[in-house]
Amino acid sequence: MIEVKGLYFSYDGNEVLHNINITIHDGEFIAIMGENGAGKTTLIKHFNGLLKPSKGEVLIDGVSTREATVASLSRKVGLVFQNPDHQLFSETVFQEVAFSMRNYGYPEETIRRRVNFILETLDLRSYAETSPFMLSGGERKRVALASILVSDPKHIVLDEPTIGQDHQQKEKLKNFIVQMNTQGRTVIIVTHDVEFVVECRPKVILLSKGSILAEGSYDEILSDEDLVRRASLVPPQIGLLMSSLRDLGFNPATLDVYQAKSAIEKRLLSNVSKTL
Amino acid sequence: MSLKLFEGFRFTGKRTPIHRMDPRPKLLIASSIFLLSILFTNIIVLLILLIAQLPLIYLAKSLRRWSNSLRGGAVLATLIFIMNFLTGSTLVFSLSMTLRFLVLISAFSLFFLTTSPDDLGLVLERLHLPYTLSFTFTTAVRLVPTVALEAQTIVDAQRSRGLELDRGNIIERLRRHIPILIPLIVSAIRRSTELAEALESRAFGSCENRESLITLSMKWTDYFVAIATIIILLVGIFVRLWIPLPSLDESIRLPSIWV
Repeated sequence: MIEVKGLYFSYDGNEVLHNINITIHDGEFIAIMGENGAGKTTLIKHFNGLLKPSKGEVLIDGVSTREATVASLSRKVGLVFQNPDHQLFSETVFQEVAFSMRNYGYPEETIRRRVNFILETLDLRSYAETSPFMLSGGERKRVALASILVSDPKHIVLDEPTIGQDHQQKEKLKNFIVQMNTQGRTVIIVTHDVEFVVECRPKVILLSKGSILAEGSYDEILSDEDLVRRASLVPPQIGLLMSSLRDLGFNPATLDVYQAKSAIEKRLLSNVSKTL
Repeated sequence: MSLKLFEGFRFTGKRTPIHRMDPRPKLLIASSIFLLSILFTNIIVLLILLIAQLPLIYLAKSLRRWSNSLRGGAVLATLIFIMNFLTGSTLVFSLSMTLRFLVLISAFSLFFLTTSPDDLGLVLERLHLPYTLSFTFTTAVRLVPTVALEAQTIVDAQRSRGLELDRGNIIERLRRHIPILIPLIVSAIRRSTELAEALESRAFGSCENRESLITLSMKWTDYFVAIATIIILLVGIFVRLWIPLPSLDESIRLPSIWV
């Protein structure tokens, strides 16, 4: 469980986070959304103790981040950074992925087994002996993801996982993230990709100017046009379509393509039967 | 700690008399302090050189950043002291060498804190440095904060993978910095390639005689500061050459068996 209690964080005299209170239960799926500079990345850096609160506290499974090292917290909370180029350094993808396992002192045999498993899962098996610098952007991003997932952390935090991914990769990523979540891991994604959030259906925490603006299910939050715009986001396209058809009796809270499709279908069919 | 050092050299656009000054007298001040600190090994003179900068730094409202740059340089300063003392120099001489280093850091910290990279570029151009060279230099200065920020992100990313930088003996600690250095160097190379391409696509270096939009102009206060600096520099040189100065006890040193 991740508990954030009355968290304030200031840097260089500027208040970046203002009275943040969140409780994230084990196995929850959360999307933290908000404009650039809202404090999203600053907030998640508190989850593994990279940043310590100026005021208030952050508890990971009951342990305050003030009292634990980043190394011990990162075994529980896997934080995947936005830009893979900020962490790739090894000669081969295998070594890169094994790095955290070695830091945690696992025996070599366990490391080999875990690394091979995670490379297989993320479609990277054939690159095991390739230099990570030779890979494409999307592949490098997957290597970075693998390098965190390999040690099997209970909570996973992904900073902007969809940036630089093509459509097909995004689809795969979505499936993978949802799968991790159904396996019981806590998944927290930081993103401003509203369409991606609609497809993943997490609980949404909306951050603006360092404070929590709103918190709720994805359809509740993202169909509230006013709220979404206050967080400098654009509502999802299906939501926009449905809300522009509101006068015809469509529900603006419909965000899912298939739900929208069946609502429209039903209306068309009823119109057809009326004219007949 | 090392990032603090960068902070102390980063231009901050404050509105103070020092920031408003023409960059040339400022460069003259920094270079004069540099010259004087190289000329003298006398600890009292070096101490005066350090303290004399305080009013300027206070006027520039940059005391906190300036002290950051000194703190950032503290590790190197300690190393200088230890190396000097261990290799048989006297205590006072070792202290002077350390102080000389701090004077240098302080002088250039003051210069870079109060001079924008643009101004610096104009000065270098006035000194008839080829534009490609002065551009390279100002770009390097301008990129320092970006690189420092990037270094911090890389440190954070690797610590999130269980890297502990401050564990083990000194060799082990250096080895633990490899995962920081490689991404930093790779991204610096990548950035410079991108920068070169962007520059070329904007016709960098296409004409010989480049003119600049802003021209530097000296006010009477700038002339006054420049002349005062030159006089102080000349007096310093005169004293160094012809006037013997009192010095502190020069006898304390490590016993020769250590050396």
